Amino acid sequence: MGIELDFPAVLERWPSFLDGAILTLELAFFATVLGAALGTLAAVGRRSHSSLIARACKVYVEAIRNTPLLVQIFLVYFGLASIGLKFSAFTVAVAALTINVGAYTAEIMRAGFDAIPGGQLEAAEGLALSRLQIYWHIILLPAVERVYPALTSQFVLLMLASSVCSQISAEELTAVANYIQSDTYRAFETYIIIAVLYIFLSLVMRAGFWGLGFVLFPRRRRLGTPL
Amino acid sequence: MGGHLNINHLLFLGHGALWTIGLSLIALGGGGVAGFVIALARVSSLKSVRLLSAIYVQLIQGTPLLVILFLGYFGLAAVGFQLSPLAAAGASLTLYVAAYLGEIWRGCIESVPKPQWEAAEGLALSRTQRMMKVILPQAIRIATPPTVGFMVQIIKNTSLASVVGFVELMRSGQIVNNSLFEPFAIYAIIAVVYFAMCYPISLYSQRLERRMGRGKFNLAPA
Repeated sequence: MGIELDFPAVLERWPSFLDGAILTLELAFFATVLGAALGTLAAVGRRSHSSLIARACKVYVEAIRNTPLLVQIFLVYFGLASIGLKFSAFTVAVAALTINVGAYTAEIMRAGFDAIPGGQLEAAEGLALSRLQIYWHIILLPAVERVYPALTSQFVLLMLASSVCSQISAEELTAVANYIQSDTYRAFETYIIIAVLYIFLSLVMRAGFWGLGFVLFPRRRRLGTPL
Repeated sequence: MGGHLNINHLLFLGHGALWTIGLSLIALGGGGVAGFVIALARVSSLKSVRLLSAIYVQLIQGTPLLVILFLGYFGLAAVGFQLSPLAAAGASLTLYVAAYLGEIWRGCIESVPKPQWEAAEGLALSRTQRMMKVILPQAIRIATPPTVGFMVQIIKNTSLASVVGFVELMRSGQIVNNSLFEPFAIYAIIAVVYFAMCYPISLYSQRLERRMGRGKFNLAPA
């Protein structure tokens, strides 16, 4: 018996695929923005003079980096439900992805902070910059510039990982595919199509980040390069 | 419904945890062998081999593991190749791990300082000799910390095998939850078990990295 593939039968569901892809991008967008903020805070927290804050940030980063995203999503989903809070699957998915990518961002940012030469901090203090000014101009901006490639590939991985949110019935691309394949009995074609869509989305994201980096950081510094 | 977590549930979870370790080893073994081939192909002298392996890496790294799993289990079944959950999960993880390890190891091979390549060529070593006797022994030293670090990713990613019905730790947790319905407590236990498996490996990887950093043989180009 030969294998019959019928892509048109699945492709006629393109509006659903499009909706799923858009939701995947929305998930990725919100989680990236919120996770970048959370991760930066956690990275700053790890440098805190208060050992309690520094330790709490370390526990957060290590706990998240050493457990699977699937478990984290279920914990957030059922954890919120068990204290009586009811949110949409989308909100839960964004929350779980944010917590997840925040930890990875924190670790990347820490590497960026560590690469700031101590002499620059001393120079900044010598010029009587305030703590906030030092953090912004001497630590944060140069650090982001250095770790930008690592950060952006983490965000692309986040977009791909958002497929796991299909397990709590957030209607993103993979959930749409699960629905379509159970409806058309054409699992092979359906999953090939979304694999191609994910590859396309990750290429689009990488191109977008590349363009953004070009605008934001024209000097293209690398980790470890002197200023 | 009802009942409390008892010793049988814990034994069942323990059994699942063993399969998580088993599946991780399958993925590491299969993905390690295939990844080694990919890494060598990425630095091959043949342009077509370099291109094909680069395309493979790009395709796998642009696709979520979950979709690869669905393709291997439901997709292949729909066109007449029914794989068992173990075979589907093992094969999908192998393909996935191969792409990432191949890319990590290519970086390690390429970070062996240029003079080493030139010296080997100057000593009239053949390509195979140069690779086996000069480049790889040094590349393996560089590759150890990131490879150990990637093992954590492998263990975490085996949790996705639960969606095709393979009873590893995550799936056994879901099954126990179906009878007790205490999701938060059970998934918290599952998270702790994953952490207990992954954290020691993370620490070991960090230690290896630090040791490399201040090693006597600093392999960074002078």
